[in-house]
Amino acid sequence: MPSQSLLKGSVFSAWAACLVALAVGPGLLAQNQSQAHPGEYGQSDIAAGAEVYRANCTGCHAATGDGVGTVDLRRGRFRNASSDEDLVRVISTGIPGTAMQSFKLSQAELTAIVAFIRAGFDVSARAVKVGDVARGRTVFEGKGGCMTCHRVNGKGPRTAPDLSDVGSSRLAASIQGSITDPTTYMMPINRPVRAVTKDGRVIMGRRLNEDTFSVQLIDDKERLVSLPKADLRQYEILKTSPMPSFKDKLTVDEVADVVAYLLSLKG
Amino acid sequence: MSTRNGKLFALSLLLLALFSRLDAQVTSERLLRAAEEPQNWLTYSGSYFSNRYSALRQIDPTNVKNLEQKWVYQGQVMGNWQTTPLVVDGVMYITQRQNDVIALDAKTGRVFWIYRYLPSPDQKVCCGSNNRGVAILGDTLYMGTLDAHLIAIDTKTGRPVWNIEVADIKAAYSITHAPLVIKDKVIVGVGGGEYGIRGFIAAYDAKTGKEAWRFYTIPGPGEPGHETWQACPPGSSASPGSAAYCDPEAWKHGGGSIWMTGSYDSALNLTYWGVGNAGPDWNNDQRPGDNLYTDSVVALDADTGRLKWHFQFTPHDTYDYDSVQVPVLADMNWNGTPVKLMLWGNRNGYFYVLDRETGKFLLGKPFVKVNWSSGLDERGRPIQTPQPPGAPTWPGNQGGTNWYSPTYSPRTGLIYYSAWEDYASIFRKAPMPYTEGRNFGGGGSTVLGPVPNTPGMPVLRRGPINTWTDAVGHGAVLAIDPKTGDRKWKFEMTDVTDSGLLTTASDVLFTGGREGYFHALDARTGALLWKTNLGGQIVAGPMTYQVDGKQYVATVSGMNLVAFALRD
Repeated sequence: MPSQSLLKGSVFSAWAACLVALAVGPGLLAQNQSQAHPGEYGQSDIAAGAEVYRANCTGCHAATGDGVGTVDLRRGRFRNASSDEDLVRVISTGIPGTAMQSFKLSQAELTAIVAFIRAGFDVSARAVKVGDVARGRTVFEGKGGCMTCHRVNGKGPRTAPDLSDVGSSRLAASIQGSITDPTTYMMPINRPVRAVTKDGRVIMGRRLNEDTFSVQLIDDKERLVSLPKADLRQYEILKTSPMPSFKDKLTVDEVADVVAYLLSLKG
Repeated sequence: MSTRNGKLFALSLLLLALFSRLDAQVTSERLLRAAEEPQNWLTYSGSYFSNRYSALRQIDPTNVKNLEQKWVYQGQVMGNWQTTPLVVDGVMYITQRQNDVIALDAKTGRVFWIYRYLPSPDQKVCCGSNNRGVAILGDTLYMGTLDAHLIAIDTKTGRPVWNIEVADIKAAYSITHAPLVIKDKVIVGVGGGEYGIRGFIAAYDAKTGKEAWRFYTIPGPGEPGHETWQACPPGSSASPGSAAYCDPEAWKHGGGSIWMTGSYDSALNLTYWGVGNAGPDWNNDQRPGDNLYTDSVVALDADTGRLKWHFQFTPHDTYDYDSVQVPVLADMNWNGTPVKLMLWGNRNGYFYVLDRETGKFLLGKPFVKVNWSSGLDERGRPIQTPQPPGAPTWPGNQGGTNWYSPTYSPRTGLIYYSAWEDYASIFRKAPMPYTEGRNFGGGGSTVLGPVPNTPGMPVLRRGPINTWTDAVGHGAVLAIDPKTGDRKWKFEMTDVTDSGLLTTASDVLFTGGREGYFHALDARTGALLWKTNLGGQIVAGPMTYQVDGKQYVATVSGMNLVAFALRD
């Protein structure tokens, strides 16, 4: 029987990286476009965006972002946009024939409002840039080589997590983090498992389900495997992701495009 | 991990994935020989011959008393589930209400994944959110849905591969049965017989979902059988308000639903499907003629869907005697000659033997009390004896048997049915104009009781207290000798039963019932060998499989799937 300490992995370090809370005074418009990290909006942009949003958008979209039909700005559910460029265009030009009017905002105000939307209306959250869906798909399926391991809509292997609906379960910042820093952002359920049975059989895989006495995996041969823990000599949950970081392999814009593509995958 | 190592890891994963996919395939060849791998359960009825018989024999009449519950999977949605699990190399696939598919470890019941499909809230089914299971080919599962979609699902991830609309829910089409995979096609039929659908059976390309062929169970103008939807006679009225109402376009909403999985004979390349009632259910006066192919079995070419032959059990039906029963195929000597047979205990109360190559009628005999017909002629056509208005008809509305999976044991040579005995209904007709998506009954029926105001036997569900008693009908397992149509034995129950049946090569028969008991009977004698109370109604077909050398038998009770094996 493996020890309990082996069974429980710490997830707090990953979460801590997400919770970068900066106190920003209200009413400040971003004068400085410098960003905390490449591909991200500055914290001051997000805070400023909150003010711009409150002044211009709450009348229709409400403070919660879900005041217009099925649109939910806070959760990234749009009808006429997917990329940051799309958001800027829709805000600047409006949508003819609808109640969405054009807004004469400065570039800094537009950047700020997009940053606020991408931060999920949370001024303490990260807001990453979201590029173009089509370009992102090209990178995902080509240069990035992502389908060597990942599966989308029935194509690709099953050993790495299936991303067919990742856009409905993960936010942009989390997806970007998974691309550039996979180990830190790896979901606990996706941590690789290495099990050795009492008769010496080694099983590598990814957990699908687990209880006190057994664990269910998809192994590295794409088999569904159920293991009684009492039959195991060793059971390790690895903390390092088998996925390489793409921080230096893709440009900042390419990462933003892949983020856009993955956000578009709603299952 | 370095980028180089990452690439190597990724490459190794890909190679392993490609390799493993080759050896995990459930090929059409494996489906054809499903009976030869009894550790698995690869199709709804266990094999294309739909015998629901297993060659496993670890559990036998001497040790069945040592069965113990190994695990339970409890569903999340209330109801009495009708699913039969598939088991493939230790992994079980089941459906749960409404249209979820679950993959679980067949040894422990622990879940690998759940695919949740929410059918449209506009879907319409007569008799509950039922689903009876999935089919498999390669690494893909196939499920029909309450909103008449057919969905392909990846066996490893539970993700949808494709999803097509089979029929329009506005007209109340639905799919409740497990599809049948033959070669590279997935075959399904549509439900909705209580809503005036025009039924059909269709085949879809397993890879893409593209329709390959379609056979309408209600033939249209110019098609053979359309003449059995006769013109309205002189003196009838096209006005629904008239007692002489006759519908001049009755075939367009003539019913003929499909709600149980068909069978297949690869040597003949014929697939056999039972067809449901005519619409409207009760008022046959408004649809003159035999109303083909309602209440029939149809034999279709599996590649083209072309009709090879048909046999109609209940022409011009006025009792809702669906012939959706699972077609059981058996090869045996008939009058000294080997014949490919089809055995059919029909809802109308007769047991039939047909030559499945030609559809020729060989034998027919009542297996419960029958008074709607005085007998069958030399071609198997019933001599109908409609009862006067207000008088009881045997068997009642739910029939002598219904959709409950039968089992045929090649060892005993007997076929077994869940039957409703001493049960009658009083039918009444009423003119019924068709409205799309609306109930299309055209009358009704009430269960006959021995005294006025006797509690009626609930058609679909019951509470834990039986106040109607066996005086309004009771259930039984009947063992019938197909060579004579005679009963060999009977196991009687107080309440009626909707349970399917399973036999094994060790001559054990498993079944359940509305009372919640799960029984093991001696298939040779009907003697009770073992029983356990599972609490919920058993309205599904039991099945058996083997993992790591241990035989399991599984059944659904209420919303629980329970697996048993011999004590360690």
